[in-house]
Amino acid sequence: MTNLQKYAQAFITCFGVTEDKLAELTYQSISEWDSVGHMGLIAELEDIFEIMMDTDDIIDLSSFEKGKEILKKYDVEI
Amino acid sequence: MIDINDIIDIAPFSLEKGEKTKLITEKLANLTKHHYENCREYHNMLDACGFDPYHSVESYEDIPFLPVRLFKELTLKSVPEEEIFKTMTSSGTTGQSVSKIYLDRETSNSQQKVLVKIVSSFLGSARLPMIIADCPSVVKDRKMFSARGAGILGFSIFGAEKIYALNDEMQLNISGLHEFLDKHKGKSILMFGFTFMIWQHFLSELLKYSDKLDLSNVILIHGGGWKKLITQKVSQQEFKDRLNSICGIRRVHDYYGMVEQTGCIYVECEKGHLHASVFSDVITRRPNDLSVCEYGEKGIVEVVSVLPKSYPGHILLTEDEGIVLGEDNCECGRKGKFFTITGRIKNAELRGCGDTYAAGF
Repeated sequence: MTNLQKYAQAFITCFGVTEDKLAELTYQSISEWDSVGHMGLIAELEDIFEIMMDTDDIIDLSSFEKGKEILKKYDVEI
Repeated sequence: MIDINDIIDIAPFSLEKGEKTKLITEKLANLTKHHYENCREYHNMLDACGFDPYHSVESYEDIPFLPVRLFKELTLKSVPEEEIFKTMTSSGTTGQSVSKIYLDRETSNSQQKVLVKIVSSFLGSARLPMIIADCPSVVKDRKMFSARGAGILGFSIFGAEKIYALNDEMQLNISGLHEFLDKHKGKSILMFGFTFMIWQHFLSELLKYSDKLDLSNVILIHGGGWKKLITQKVSQQEFKDRLNSICGIRRVHDYYGMVEQTGCIYVECEKGHLHASVFSDVITRRPNDLSVCEYGEKGIVEVVSVLPKSYPGHILLTEDEGIVLGEDNCECGRKGKFFTITGRIKNAELRGCGDTYAAGF
């Protein structure tokens, strides 16, 4: 799997969304992506890419697209 | 402007009195106008006080406060129903009146951001292995959080790997904890929980086991109120002493905060004082005429916060008594007011979010 596939899969697993919805997905835009779901997503991403994110980045990760940018900081190219 | 984007990057304990009063007064005056225009009940209350929100004020001390109890009696919100996406309650137990706080996305986001700013200034920005001194079921209902659930969830962001110290039967997960401590040997570990849960469940459960847990690397952050411990005659010092003697915890930060102003917590510094950040403030008022107390004089605690936008909870008179000890000159070096909470005002209803559970005892 490419990094993009792994990244997308994390969102699909955590929130039960279909792939075509991913590009527009933002924090709190669906009921599954609330504060509880958010911490689940972070745990999943950290697991997959073996990284540990800073608290500020966890808060900034407010959309599917934004997350790609943030992961770059941790040398994960999506 | 009533959002907090322009101030979120100010270091939480960096502003001196003059600057802070100006900043926070401006924010609170704008919020007052916002709530006046968007919450009918708040509008009527200000009218009844004869307060004109469009008239400029010297200091936020001059803006009327709402008694915190009102959130138990009235539905107070300043955004349309469809924008409410989460309701927080002060209590999960029945038979006791509960505060209901209605949050929209913006207010909820600001709460989490500010909590991170305040707590990171104590813990640093790296996330730590985390022990949650509670049981997992407390965060089950995602739409409706009790104060305990909201606290645990809000603080989870500071944890890397997490473990709940108790199971849903309130028994200690002793083997899990030993494993966790082995794995993170030599690292700082964050422990979070409500004061009463730590006393009643965590510490008393620990005493049942002969092999001691070594928690000397733990930084404990706890809050939720002392009411129940005061009735058991447990002092803050005894609480700390027992933490140290039972499991070796030495770094302990109490915090003061309430569900009506989530996010803006007041954390105890190394010198044992609670501190107000740039996002909120405290004043104490004399019970007889509600005038503002001098530093060092005991009074009823008023809390103000720049965060509440979806509900008119920016200026609240609590049911707690406390003493503002000073401003800008705590020995720990943090700027802003520092204070201590001495208890509840007489005849106040039992409340305090760690105590919502305690009511069952």
